[in-house]
Amino acid sequence: MHKNFKIIIWIAVLVIGVSAVSAIALNRGESISAMWFITAALCIYAIAYRFYAAWIAATVLTVDETRATPAERLDNGRDFIPTNKWVVFGHHFAAIAGPGPLVGPTLAAQFGYLPGTLWILIGAVLGGAVQDMVTLFFSTRRNARSLGQMARDEIGPIGGAAALIGTFLIMIILIAVLGLVVVNAMKHSPWATSTVAATIPIAMIVGFYMRNFRPGRVLEASALGVVLLLLAVVGGGWIEHNQSLRGLFDHEGLTLAWVIIAYGFAAAVMPVWLLLAPRDYLSTFVKLGTVTLLAVAIIILQPHIHMPAMTQFTDGTGPIFGGKLFPFVFITIACGAISGFHALISSGTTPKLLANERDIRMIGYGAMLLESFVAIMAMIAATVLEPGVFFAINSPAGVVGKEAIDAIAKINSWGFAVSVEQMSQLAKDMGESSLFARTGGAPSLAVGMASIFGNAFGKSMLALWYHFAIMFEAIFILTTLDAGTRVGRFMLQDMLGNIWPKLGRTSWMPSVIFTSALVVAGWGYFLYIGVIDPNGGVNILWPLFGIANQMLAAIALCVATGIFVKSGKAKYAWVTGLPLVWLVIITSSAAWQKIFSDDVRVGFFAAANDLATKLAAGALPAEKAAVAPQLIFNQQLDAYLTMFFVAVLWVVIVDMLYVTYKYLAGKPVLPITEVAREPSRLVENWVRD
Amino acid sequence: MLEKLKDFWRYVRRLTGDDAYEQYLKHFAENHAGQEDSVEGEIAPLTREAFFKEWQDKKWKGIKRCC
Repeated sequence: MHKNFKIIIWIAVLVIGVSAVSAIALNRGESISAMWFITAALCIYAIAYRFYAAWIAATVLTVDETRATPAERLDNGRDFIPTNKWVVFGHHFAAIAGPGPLVGPTLAAQFGYLPGTLWILIGAVLGGAVQDMVTLFFSTRRNARSLGQMARDEIGPIGGAAALIGTFLIMIILIAVLGLVVVNAMKHSPWATSTVAATIPIAMIVGFYMRNFRPGRVLEASALGVVLLLLAVVGGGWIEHNQSLRGLFDHEGLTLAWVIIAYGFAAAVMPVWLLLAPRDYLSTFVKLGTVTLLAVAIIILQPHIHMPAMTQFTDGTGPIFGGKLFPFVFITIACGAISGFHALISSGTTPKLLANERDIRMIGYGAMLLESFVAIMAMIAATVLEPGVFFAINSPAGVVGKEAIDAIAKINSWGFAVSVEQMSQLAKDMGESSLFARTGGAPSLAVGMASIFGNAFGKSMLALWYHFAIMFEAIFILTTLDAGTRVGRFMLQDMLGNIWPKLGRTSWMPSVIFTSALVVAGWGYFLYIGVIDPNGGVNILWPLFGIANQMLAAIALCVATGIFVKSGKAKYAWVTGLPLVWLVIITSSAAWQKIFSDDVRVGFFAAANDLATKLAAGALPAEKAAVAPQLIFNQQLDAYLTMFFVAVLWVVIVDMLYVTYKYLAGKPVLPITEVAREPSRLVENWVRD
Repeated sequence: MLEKLKDFWRYVRRLTGDDAYEQYLKHFAENHAGQEDSVEGEIAPLTREAFFKEWQDKKWKGIKRCC
């Protein structure tokens, strides 16, 4: 009876899930309720977690709950600490969920809501969550080794080097594109700029509080910080309306880019306790709070999606970024569906806390499902906007024209209704001077969130909600920027330390300054080009980031597939092998198009040649001609960078295939590096203490 | 209900590291209590301030935040 009851429940979940997915997929009406998205997502996650993830854990990985984890065996009370599973889950989720799942779906909404939504759901349950869980498992069985170390130990030195270089380059591109998102959100917006600027001294106050005033009182300090942040949002509105002060915070994109670059350098050489650590607390609290609030608001309000299921831009002519639905939707949405970066957290960091192998499913697979859910909410927030408004905010001036009238005419010609008056009223409601060509995804997400929050909790405060949403995005983008620059610096110091040992010393100030400057110059260059590019920069940088991130995911899946084969589990190798094949197809074809396409909005060389021809013919207006040589150089550089990414990917794949071939043919391969089993002696007693 | 709230509060403190020093003292009492140093005699646990400094600096050594 009990068993039958369970079966009935799961059949009900399946039926509801299938109906919700069909409703989303088949709807061709005016609008559709966001509740269908939430329902479809929750049913798919539940079924995948209960059946697929459980099967992988029990049958493929054969997790052993009586086996001691590295946290238990190597417990030192410092970095290896057996920790309650919910605490590990919290740390793991806070680490993997950054701004990526918010920005990607917003940009991909140009294809309509359907392609992105399906990819977020399917990609997460079959790809991303599997990658995170399997990597967590393998690292746990290998004394919490990092992805790069595992690649070196199991596949060979080439795989290890590829993972290292891949990580470093992703970091550079990621920081540049996130910097661009913040710059576009602050451009000519005294309110946004002053609020974001205020987060820096607020973080420092919190830093002093928990370091000197009341050492270790993390919660008190964070509560104080969150209150100050909310005051900063309100204070920004006051500055916006103060004629003498607003000029101080009203800047061009380029000025703001230089400020961000200077800030990034300062943040990287400053001690962590002063800025990075306290702001990370604030950003984590604000992030969790806002995402929860958004979920509650969507459930209360049940807003309607106004974007069509598919737009005409699936043919590759989209204004936000060029390129067809296949493969570009899969490149644009990386975080939220599958993100290679997670493999770095799942190996090295999280396994040092894991108390029992049986929690690998919940932490590895479960946390990724939650991140996927965040991506679904971002998709909802982007598509509740009228499509005309969405495209007016997100289309760069280089595509639709600089003047409001031109932009509106262009967007109307695509068949999306929007008027100049509507956009000015919206900008006024949101407390901004203009919302045209605010590319990067943050402003449109903030408008979407503000309208959801405004409808759920009172419309009078739209401008406050808008700037709260901007602050929310900016605060953890800046955290990623600081943390990423610092990690990049450590990696660079590690590499350079092989050449000159002194450079490898992380506390030697000249080396700290030198390597920080190199890393900042790296992403600063791409940020600078992104800002001066009239097509908005996002068009170039985001696909590059997507390709890099999916490449890293492919490397992680290669390592996992190789280990499966080597441990005699070749019949299960498809669990990671299938997502791997898919990633190889999408990254390779996206890279191919970015390199060889004749479409100037897709192909890097095509764009460079087109610009060079126009420049030579004198067909460019003076301001464009001035930056054209830099843009041409950058397009070529991006093409070579893409080639490099694909080459690295294929080298790792061939290496992995060679290892599996050798194993299957009975030839010697690198031995499995799994640590021998020791029985666990741990009793979970954290609640009692 | 009150017990549930207390559990939740304990969870929040553990998650944020608010109780990290208490955890450290416990770890110290269980594993290092009464150990002697050849020069300075019995080893004392770190002060709250010193512990927090070490804990925070160590926390940001590797890749801790993602996209």
